[in-house]
Amino acid sequence: MGSGPLGPAPRVMTRTLGGRWAAAPAAAGPAVAPARRRARRRSAWRRRLTVLSMLAPWLIGLAVFFGYPLVSTAYLSFTHYDLLSSARWVGLGNYRYMGHDPYFWPAVRNSLWMICIATPLTVAFAFCAAQVLTKIRRGAGVFRTVFYLPTLVPPVAATLGFLVLLRPSGAVDRLLGLLHLPQPLWFDDPRYSKPALTLLGMWGIGSIMIIFLASLLDVPEDLYEAAEIDGANAWHKMRYVTLPTISPVILFAAVTGMIDALQYFTQGYVAAVVAGGQESGAGAGSSLGYPLTSTLFFPTWLYQQGFQYFNMGYAAAMSVVLFGAALVVVLILLATSKRWVHTAGGFR
Amino acid sequence: MNRRLVTLAAVAALALAAGCSGTSGSGPPPSQAAQLGDPNDHTPVTIEFWHGFSDAREQGILGQALDQFHSSHPWITVKAVGAVDDDKIVKAIRGGTAPDVALSFTADRLGAYCSSGAWIDLKPYLERDNVEANMFPTAVQEYTQFKGTRCAMPALSDVYGLYYNTDLLRKAGYSSPPRTASELMNMGLKLTEYNPDGSIKVLGFNPTWAFYEMVAAHVAPTWGAQWLDSSGKSNIGKDPHWAAMVAWQKKFVDAIGLDKLKRFGGDAASTEFSANNLFETGKLAMNIDGEWRVAFVRSEHPELKFDTAPFPVDDSQPNLYGAGYVTGNSVGIPKTSKHREAAWALVKFLSTDTNALVTLSNGLRNVPTTLESLKSPKLTPDAQFETFLKIFANPGTTSTPATAAGSQNQELLATYLEKYQAGKGGDLAAGLAQVDKQIDEAIARGEKEGPP
Repeated sequence: MGSGPLGPAPRVMTRTLGGRWAAAPAAAGPAVAPARRRARRRSAWRRRLTVLSMLAPWLIGLAVFFGYPLVSTAYLSFTHYDLLSSARWVGLGNYRYMGHDPYFWPAVRNSLWMICIATPLTVAFAFCAAQVLTKIRRGAGVFRTVFYLPTLVPPVAATLGFLVLLRPSGAVDRLLGLLHLPQPLWFDDPRYSKPALTLLGMWGIGSIMIIFLASLLDVPEDLYEAAEIDGANAWHKMRYVTLPTISPVILFAAVTGMIDALQYFTQGYVAAVVAGGQESGAGAGSSLGYPLTSTLFFPTWLYQQGFQYFNMGYAAAMSVVLFGAALVVVLILLATSKRWVHTAGGFR
Repeated sequence: MNRRLVTLAAVAALALAAGCSGTSGSGPPPSQAAQLGDPNDHTPVTIEFWHGFSDAREQGILGQALDQFHSSHPWITVKAVGAVDDDKIVKAIRGGTAPDVALSFTADRLGAYCSSGAWIDLKPYLERDNVEANMFPTAVQEYTQFKGTRCAMPALSDVYGLYYNTDLLRKAGYSSPPRTASELMNMGLKLTEYNPDGSIKVLGFNPTWAFYEMVAAHVAPTWGAQWLDSSGKSNIGKDPHWAAMVAWQKKFVDAIGLDKLKRFGGDAASTEFSANNLFETGKLAMNIDGEWRVAFVRSEHPELKFDTAPFPVDDSQPNLYGAGYVTGNSVGIPKTSKHREAAWALVKFLSTDTNALVTLSNGLRNVPTTLESLKSPKLTPDAQFETFLKIFANPGTTSTPATAAGSQNQELLATYLEKYQAGKGGDLAAGLAQVDKQIDEAIARGEKEGPP
């Protein structure tokens, strides 16, 4: 604090009952108060600028890589835009066309299938795999690695691998034949193409399985002991100890799984193109969602519109719908989670 | 303070919105004609040329043609960049980094290129240099222009016909290929051999839609099926030839069994352009394919005894025999080109110079695009390849018409045909009429709001 003879008047501050700092009336006259206020304001601005400068890299990144594309997409969804010429305002035209678009609803149905069937199956399988891995005493590290490894395989390579395995007269087909079991055409049959993709998803459960495994290993042992003393069998322990304890992880798996299902693209696209055949030059397009549009997912159709037909305005409108759908799904999950997710603070 | 932050946020939002509206490009309007330069200006210049050829052999052959160009135009140096697809071309045009000359492998994007002005209108150059469109077959003229705007020139064509294994046909007692659709079906069924478990050992012909090059667009010309009526509306449900073609194909598929055909076809995409191609390995007696297969067979399975012929035609229209489907590459000048005169010189050379076309055709085994080059004595004689030159020159040979819906007409039809083939298409006439409705909606939308 300045206190020299040529310096400003001594700043004698007292703290009020409300906790605010105030100038002591005896030490500072009315003329000094504005100067102090200015000083306080300067200090507050400095603090804010410091915080802003620290946050700046993140804020700039957020604005450039999230804010701008988001606002831009929303704007483009009201235009006709082919990437080459000027964007032209068409109002709600793109949104209205969704009702007439012959591929829009098949794409929605296929994506819903992935959300309602593939995602729960994949999450359940990851949980079961993690549960089994907790029981393994010898070589646990090896098994955990083996279950995690598929996650490291790029989606395109993994899909191609499954196409080879499940192709007619492929390894799986022959094995089923030897066992006198039905030999479906998998990626060539609309009834089996999505189940085949689900199998592919279940094979690549590594990431979520590891999270389940960590949370299962984290369940306090004494809870199981207490349950056993109360006469709980294996099912009771699972129902009343394990599941409630790891419910936040189940919620996480459900939310990320749903979002992944909404954005499902690579595997479906590769499977359709490879299984459906590849034509060169004009006349192509027969592989769109092959077989019988069963693998045409919402993002696939969005990509087709945006990057194959150059209907970027319509693709932007589809993106907005996808964003809205993801938001609704997540909000529903979060809203219902209050009933079944138990937070770290204990049971509610 | 809060008010200031709110103001700041509002300004930022406005800036973002302004940034978005910046997509209203500043390129020339579609109708703006190209600005002609001085053709006698021989100031040394280097131009960039993007193309889709990725294979080293193909790039080497293209390099030979470009060397010829440099010999005749020594002041122009061409920097060629290969393995470029249309997505990259579009992005480069948007970013102002497009090359001086671009070669596209697909004709389906031309509507967008021509109508948006992304590729400049070549009319002033064509008129000044007296380049007549009739030096190309009619079908080729069609797929390189959109609604009267010629923004591209053809540079090599792909023509489709029938390939047949002469050993297998001879073994089955045939000395010549089928000429009609019913002959193709009868021969295909007779040539098909089965394993003891009922699966296919050798297939006569695979009529499954989307197997290799077996797509409606490639077969339609041999049935005289027209995509559009005189008013530009979809004609698939109205033209009885479409229904006849689809019914024939379904009968053929049913005679063998779709499941068996799918099992036999396996993962067609991975074998089509490989040495495991079912025709090349002798497991498929007859196949519809492009002229390039001749070079593939020679390179991958020189032991295969095969021949080529026009694709069989509708029994009731024998006069169509000899015609087929044609499509091909197109070459144009992106609007961002800084050396348009030099770029035009290269475009003109690649599309009209007989020597260049012959060099490319002999090397790549693609069809040269001008009628003049077809007669060149320098074309390497090859009986199997010559079939495609004849199909190309046939006046009945057609391509898919460019529409404001891009390739959506083909995709909408393909989706229905796949359904019908699987027995889920319901009444054929009603199904094709529904396809017409969908295509017309897509065309109307494209015309109202610009091509896709």
